[in-house]
Order: sequence, then structure tokens, then C-alpha cells
Amino acid sequence: MPDTAHEQPQQRQFYPYTENGGTILAIAGADFTVIAGDTRQSEGYSIQTRYAPKVFRLTERAVLAVNGFAADGNMFVKKVKQRLEWYRHAHAKEMPLRAIARLIQTMLYAQRFFPYYVNNILGGIEEDGSGAVYSFDPVGSYEREACRAAGAASSLVQPFLDNQIYFKNQTPAPGTPHPTYLPLPDVLAIVIDSFTSATERHIEVGDGLEMYVVLAKGRSIEELADVAGVQELTTRADGDRMFVIQRELKKD
Amino acid sequence: MDHFPTNWGRPRNELHDQYNTYPIHQRPSQPKDVFGEGVQRTQQPIVTGTSVLAIKFKDGIMMAADNLASYGSLARFKDIQRLHPVGTSTIIGASGDMSDFQYLQHTLDELMVDEFTNGDGHELGPAEVHEYLSRVMYGRRSKLNPLWNSLLVGGLQDGKPFLAYVDLLGTTYSASSIATGYGSYIAIPILRAAVDNKENTLTEEDARKLLHECMRVLYYRDARSLDKYQIGIVTSAGVSVSDAIKLETNWDFAEGIRGYGAQTQ
Repeated sequence: MPDTAHEQPQQRQFYPYTENGGTILAIAGADFTVIAGDTRQSEGYSIQTRYAPKVFRLTERAVLAVNGFAADGNMFVKKVKQRLEWYRHAHAKEMPLRAIARLIQTMLYAQRFFPYYVNNILGGIEEDGSGAVYSFDPVGSYEREACRAAGAASSLVQPFLDNQIYFKNQTPAPGTPHPTYLPLPDVLAIVIDSFTSATERHIEVGDGLEMYVVLAKGRSIEELADVAGVQELTTRADGDRMFVIQRELKKD
Repeated sequence: MDHFPTNWGRPRNELHDQYNTYPIHQRPSQPKDVFGEGVQRTQQPIVTGTSVLAIKFKDGIMMAADNLASYGSLARFKDIQRLHPVGTSTIIGASGDMSDFQYLQHTLDELMVDEFTNGDGHELGPAEVHEYLSRVMYGRRSKLNPLWNSLLVGGLQDGKPFLAYVDLLGTTYSASSIATGYGSYIAIPILRAAVDNKENTLTEEDARKLLHECMRVLYYRDARSLDKYQIGIVTSAGVSVSDAIKLETNWDFAEGIRGYGAQTQ
């Protein structure tokens, strides 16, 4: 057999990315936002850990969920938090949500030719007190939406949200139009169902569920009172309030 | 965009150079490294170590790695220590390229000396060492010049057991039992069954037995492993790395295997 080894240089290029599974999801209400993610981190068929948070509190009214390549995600969150700290020192206030959204787009696009391999979803309360969700692609394209799912099981969850939140393919009873916004208990139920269903059908989703709830200033917290596993993260009594709810998901 | 005017070169100027004898300036873009083409980046590991195992137990953390550094399938160096104490409350274990690991050992030792000379009475714990390592590993992968390792960092942070992982991509995580390489397929199921939810009751003796059993299973199945390994422990008493421990194995069952191998029937 002729020796062909010299014809083409054999080289295996180092590939600087991997996928670490998991799914994130955010839904905005009239005066609240829920931002959630599962806590499994995997590579290939191996579960690396059952608890690696993908959802992070940025300010007292903004939460960022990051999904994709975990190393890039953690570094990106670290850098966003640092920029927000510099903003606080410079302006003696928290950066508003829509400004954080633009900051994130700029930071992502700055890496246009060596992108952060992550999908970002930013959720929180706008300056006008409305609940808001911003979703980003890895190079910074973004828009404000009412809901968004991203990550490994996004193709399972997003169609469900289109149906349940946007009422796609649903016909309302005559004289009763679809509501513009759903109440908090309904949204929480949809989030929990989304993740239990994704856990059933997607191998990279499971172990634990972490849901951040941001409530606009002055809003009643009654609906959260009897929810299991709630923990309050609010720092200022006269501002928006933030809660985290932790639930178990199947571990198989 | 090159923002330095001195690098822009000179445009042609008919006043000074009537006959265009002055050549169009070549922009001195990058300082050229004459050995540039000879510089190589780690594109594949050469001399490698196999799995590292580590678990939390009630008094701290315990780590195990065998003493082999392979050169491909050749068992090249059979007395290599792959566990490295850092300071008085941390231990790191390395699989992957052993020369990259030795570079990290020197970097970390230098770091600990730098911190000591501050004389402020503080010492880096495992959480800081892990953060430092993950920044180094992620920084190198971002330069497409990785340190080809999977590392485990364990120790006592503020009196609590700490155990975390970082690899050549900068991926990090922590858990109560972690293994690298083949260990993540073969040892992790055994370790999780024994350790999960028992981190606060598992005794040092049981932890030692558990790791011994996992190292034995790995020696039976991992062709790049050795029957000689060391155990590293971090407790409130400090860091220690054991002498080499020999694994007893029994290969009699191999005689009974039919269907592949040397025998013909």
C-alpha cells in the first residue's frame, strides 16, 4: 500500500467548546417575572454534578439565566456582575433592566469572532414596574418577549409555552378573550410542568429546579405564601422583592 | 484598526521624493518571531496520567491516583506522583499531560510563596486554588493553547470539605464524589452509591476502603492504569500523601474466558 501519510498533514485541531446540557426558561407577568433553570451539569452521557446553578441574581430586580458551554457561561456572568458593580460605584444606583439588556448585547457582540457559546435569558422588573424577559443569541441579537425557553430541551418547552402563554392554536370561548397576562400561580404551575416534562423526555435535564421570582414594588406576596421551598432574597424593604424556589426533579 | 500613528507608515511625498525612489512603506504590523513557525502549542497530550478519584468524608476529603505516567500505550514512568499538596489545606490531583501538570505544580508553588511573603497570616485555601486554576485553564483554552489536564482540587475551606473539578476547557463543577477519565465511567457509580447523602457519616477508614476498591476495579478494566497508587487526605490535622499502596489482583478468571484472546477454542 502506498504511503500517503505525507500528502496531507495530520492535525487534530483543539476544539475550545463543549455543551453542558440543561434548560432555562423565563416568563413575564404583568408585575412579576419568573426565571428558572434545572441544576444538572453534564458532558456527553455523563452527569458531572447534580447541582450547578444556571440562574444568577444580578441586581435586586434583575436575574440572568445562562445555558450552553458552562465555562463560558460562568465567565460571562462574572463579567456582567463586574460591569454592574462598576456601574453602581459610578452612578450610585442599580442599572435598569433594559440597560442591562443592552449591556449584555454589547458584551456578547464584542466576542463576535470567538463567541461565548451560551444562550442568555434576562428577566426582571422594568423601571415602569412591568415584568420583562429579554432573550439573547450567542452573538448578542436580542428582543424583549413575554416568555422564552432555551437550552437542551428548548425544542420541547418552547412549543408548550407558545400554546400556554401565547395561546397559539387555542380558540377562546365566544365573548371571553384570552387574558394578556397570566397570574403568578398559573405561571409557576406552567414552569414546573415544563421542567418535569422536559426531565421525562430529555436526558440532559433533571436533578433539581431553581425558580427565581421577582415581584414589582408594592405587589402582594400572598400567592407565594403557601408555596413549598420558598426563600426570600430581597435586600431592600422598599423595593422590588425577589424569591427563589427550589424543587427536586427526577435524577435518572 | 491600528491606533498607533507611528505604525501607519509614510505616504508618498513628491516634495521629498521627486522620483519615487522611496519605497511604499510596508506597515510593520506584528513584530515577527523568527522562531514563530517552530513554536508549538499543546495539540495533544504526550506523557499522560489516567484517572484521579476523590470523595468527601466526615473529616475532610480523600483523593487517589495511581503512579503511572504512560507514553501512549507504553507504561513509561511507573513511579510518578500525581497528587500534589498545595499549602496546608489543599491537595490537587491531575490526569492528562504530565508535563503540563508539572508546569502547574511550579506555578502553584510560586503562588504560595508569593502569598506567604505578604506575611499577612492568610493562606490560600482550596476554593482560592480552584478559582486560580480555573482562571489559568480557561485563559489558556481561550488562547487556543490549553493545558491538557483534568484536575481535582480538594481540601478544607473554613473547616468544611471542598471538592471541585477543572479541565482543559475551563469547565468547573463541584460534587461530593468526582472522578476524571475512565474513573468517571467506572468508579463514579460505585462512589455515588457509597458517598451521596453520607458525606457527614463516612469514616476515614471506610473512605480508604472505598477508594481502594475503586482503584482495584479500575486496574482490572483501565489498560492505562497501574496496580500501585497513592492516597491523599486533607483533614483538620493537615495534608498528607500516603506511601505507594499495592493492589492485590487475581487474574485466574482470564483462563476461563472463551471467544477472544490468545486461545483458539
